Amino acid sequence: MDAHTGIFLGFILILSIFLGFELISKVPSILHTPLMSGSNAISGITLVGALVAAGSTEGSVLSTVLGTAAVAFAAINVVGGYLVTHRMLGMFKKKKEEPKKDD
Amino acid sequence: MTDTSLLINLGYIAAAVLFILGLMLLGSAGTAPRGNLLSALGMLIAVAVTLLDRQVMDYRYIVLGLVIGSLIGAVAARVVAMTAMPEMVALFNGFGGLASLLVSWEVYERTPGITLYTALTVYLAVLIGGVTFTGSMVAWGKLAGKLPGRPLLFRGQQWVNFLLLAAALALGAVYALDPGSSYGVFLAGLSVALLLGVFTVIPIGGADMPVVISLLNSYSGLAACAAGFVIGNNVLIVSGALVGASGIVLTRIMTRAMNRSLLNVLFGGFGAKASKAGAKLTGEAKAATAEDAYYVLESARSVLIVPGYGMALARAQHAARELGEALEANGTEVRYAIHPVAGRMPGHMNVLLAEANVPYDQLSEMDDVNPTMDTVDAVLVIGANDVVNPSANEEPGSPIYGMPIIEVDRARTVYVLKRSMAAGFAGIDNPLFLKPNTYMIFGDAKATLQQITAEFKD
Repeated sequence: MDAHTGIFLGFILILSIFLGFELISKVPSILHTPLMSGSNAISGITLVGALVAAGSTEGSVLSTVLGTAAVAFAAINVVGGYLVTHRMLGMFKKKKEEPKKDD
Repeated sequence: MTDTSLLINLGYIAAAVLFILGLMLLGSAGTAPRGNLLSALGMLIAVAVTLLDRQVMDYRYIVLGLVIGSLIGAVAARVVAMTAMPEMVALFNGFGGLASLLVSWEVYERTPGITLYTALTVYLAVLIGGVTFTGSMVAWGKLAGKLPGRPLLFRGQQWVNFLLLAAALALGAVYALDPGSSYGVFLAGLSVALLLGVFTVIPIGGADMPVVISLLNSYSGLAACAAGFVIGNNVLIVSGALVGASGIVLTRIMTRAMNRSLLNVLFGGFGAKASKAGAKLTGEAKAATAEDAYYVLESARSVLIVPGYGMALARAQHAARELGEALEANGTEVRYAIHPVAGRMPGHMNVLLAEANVPYDQLSEMDDVNPTMDTVDAVLVIGANDVVNPSANEEPGSPIYGMPIIEVDRARTVYVLKRSMAAGFAGIDNPLFLKPNTYMIFGDAKATLQQITAEFKD
């Protein structure tokens, strides 16, 4: 990995941040808590790096320990984050019947 | 590019697209559940293709980590009470940061003759991940009541933070001179990052948690980004950037709703001492009973319920919904007005009320409610204080002056359900309580609401 790759990745980073601002500013405030728990799940994407870290046989014992711990913590975020967001979103319901009007 | 790595990268593109679609669908409550499922599908694809990577030789530890993590995550997601969502999000912010720290450390541990570029990105990821981890643990401690919620301030605190940051950068420079043989320096930098996380969050008070938790959410995304730079992986960068942007957007919404700058939240120690500014309030609040409130509510056409963190503490959301239903059955229009910083995290009150089966079309934002305030016959303020404090509009000396509030004082009658006359989290007196159209109903909010509802049933 070198600085050229870094520039290329930085390019992707900048575009993604702008995209993120656009997407998130359209999320209504009633959904801000599910948004945060859903982001927790997405930040668990580090799991991808952790899998390689835990599955590689090149490194030391410490490497494997670090990798395995990373897999576990990232998996908590992914599994816990998606499930709790799902549970929460299931609670948001529209009104079923129109209330009686007095006027 | 080999066939396998092509497949892996195509999988990552699909994952990134699904994450983006997932966030788009979060634009309305109706489509949000589908968005969450798409996002989860994206994650599944990303994980599945990664297992094809030729660097992955040994699956034993992967399975071990996945089983432990998934079990903890699944159980936590199932048992957590909705009142405890801020704690859970704080913990998850921290775990996200920690996972990125561990992944980056592992790269440093595994790579002999590490390049300067990788060494620097590792250090950056460890710094951000470390601050996110311990900062989130302190935030969790405060939210869960394991640590005092008030700001913990000591003299020279900002100097300590400044020195820690300077030490982190200096250690980074020393480490960068010869990364391969600077393991000790690396570990020292890691420790400084962990300390920095503790010291930056410890001075921030409980009422400012919505800001802190949003900011740490952003950091956890940035930590994933940094880890993406370490391992040269696009999907980490895209996902991390989305989360980072999300946290920043939420942080801005929160600080605006408090009329404060982010720096003021981080370094202000707001609420550490009761404010001396502003004239001492004179006059006496009028107390009312549940029965008094019933007679007014019974003839009201439009009622507004304003929840605050006190509603979560009293677990009064179900009682509020029952009263709301009784009012509707009586022909009254009922709305719930939610201030952006009510509760301990963005959207906290909405989730509690949704859990209590309040339909989401009754949940109104501050900006939609205020213009209609003159037509509201009665307001029930349940455990909210600073977000309805008219000092924000009327008293230029007040610490909250300029903060947007729900202007309940303009409604015809206001009932404030409150335990006692104690000040809110900001430690500021609330002149609302002394207004001629305001009545206090002291006692447990849940019990009070149930009493009023019972009157409707008689």
